[in-house]
Amino acid sequence: MEQGLSTKRLLIANRGEIACRVIRAARELGLETVQVASEADTDSLAARLSDEVKVIGPPHPTKSYLDAGAILSAAIESGADAIHPGYGFLAENAGFADAVESAGLTFIGPSADTIRLMGDKAAARLQARDAGVPTVPGSDGVIADLDEALAVAETIGFPVMIKASAGGGGRGIRVARSAEEFRKLAPQASSEAAAAFGDDGIYVEKLIEKARHVEVQVLGDGIDVVHFYVRECSLQRRRQKVWEEAPSAALGEAARARLCASAVDLANSVSYRGAGTVEYLYDDATGNFHFIEMNTRIQVEHPVTEMICGTDLVIGMIRACAGEGLGLTQDDIVRSGHAIEVRLNAEDPASDFMPFPGIVTKLRVPEGEDVRFDHMLYDGYAVPPFYDSLLGKLIVWAPDRPRAIARLASALEGLEIEGLPTTAPLFSALADSADVQANAVHTSWMETWLAQNAKKLISQGEEAA
Amino acid sequence: MARHEIRSPIPGTFYRRPAPDEPPFVEVGDAVAEGDVVALVEVMKSFHPIKADAEGTVSGFPLEDGEPVAAGMTIVELG
Repeated sequence: MEQGLSTKRLLIANRGEIACRVIRAARELGLETVQVASEADTDSLAARLSDEVKVIGPPHPTKSYLDAGAILSAAIESGADAIHPGYGFLAENAGFADAVESAGLTFIGPSADTIRLMGDKAAARLQARDAGVPTVPGSDGVIADLDEALAVAETIGFPVMIKASAGGGGRGIRVARSAEEFRKLAPQASSEAAAAFGDDGIYVEKLIEKARHVEVQVLGDGIDVVHFYVRECSLQRRRQKVWEEAPSAALGEAARARLCASAVDLANSVSYRGAGTVEYLYDDATGNFHFIEMNTRIQVEHPVTEMICGTDLVIGMIRACAGEGLGLTQDDIVRSGHAIEVRLNAEDPASDFMPFPGIVTKLRVPEGEDVRFDHMLYDGYAVPPFYDSLLGKLIVWAPDRPRAIARLASALEGLEIEGLPTTAPLFSALADSADVQANAVHTSWMETWLAQNAKKLISQGEEAA
Repeated sequence: MARHEIRSPIPGTFYRRPAPDEPPFVEVGDAVAEGDVVALVEVMKSFHPIKADAEGTVSGFPLEDGEPVAAGMTIVELG
């Protein structure tokens, strides 16, 4: 007979669409939920869905969703016994994970030590290399001085990336194409990293041009680790993903098997607990893949994996972190078909993606088999200006990639969000692009495409208005 | 009564400084010319400079640094 989880009451230390997503998973597990909210979010969809709401501070994230003390107090006052951090905010803050566990609560994520290790991008690189995971050619950890850095850059060959060790997620990166440029940029990168992240450590990696971004979803319980295959997220703007797929149509079976095995090896090397993603660059030209970083949380694009594997990763991570084990073995995880997710942001693609908060005057959600919309919207909702611009994610599944793209295009037609501009017209145009249909893309493909198709987006934007 | 009010065209968070450790763009008593940057407004994690749309002398700030601002709200008063 199935016993209930030891966890009974889950506090969600996040907001927006992911908070709604976690509440849904909690409900399915029979857990009560406590939603924290800033003063600007008391009327959010997550607050409306949750059993209880705790107001934790003023609108600005530093005074609310990043205030670990206020969140912990809310958890204790409301009798929560576990905290789900979502993504962003405190999700990869080792100090927060420590504080949660010290207070006797369960943190739905890895140990603070794992978060700390993987958050230090130079240390994570060494961990990956020691676990036998191919890394991008570059320095052995943080570089001590400019001369050493330049020697590394010259050995691996230009162009190189100068990265902040405390960065990640595309932040704190500079590209140097010559020794002269390197001498100028490296000190700047170091002082910028000190200002932005409070850590001036930098490291050097070869810039692999025209690479794809691929990533492996893993789930661990601290003892065993399984993978849920690969996602591809090569369509990016300013190093931020906008369109994600599973599986990666660019990989053959042999490459996919090697990639997944390496991600499991890395996760096993740190006795990983919770949901995690190991990110790589894949070079079509050589067929090689290279580790970039490991994200120690649930990711925005997790639904595409859920669609092809028929699994619920948020439920999986809650169970695993609550000490219930994985409840499945690698052989139980079978993938089928193709899924695509697009990120609907409150941004105007016709005016250089200017963020544009406003009031939702009309909402029509696309319906149909194998169409999913994870979001934070309702009719009359005033989108606050204080947080990131992600409103929701439209996800489709089909037996193969061409049909998934076609289903995405028709689902976009069935989606209506009025009252504020969104990035929906961008995705209709991308679905129509020959390169996207042929999967002839890489991580800087979209910037070039945008420059050439700006007019198309403007005319589509006007039609939609 | 202010002779002119510089308003934020966008909602977000109002900042008087380009960065937390830098001095304010303008102080009370400073002369500003049309086009001078007088504040930043952060909307959805991106920062937008707000420029003076008239010349004059700064006479007041209705909001504190870091406070929320609604679209159309006065952020700098010119005397």
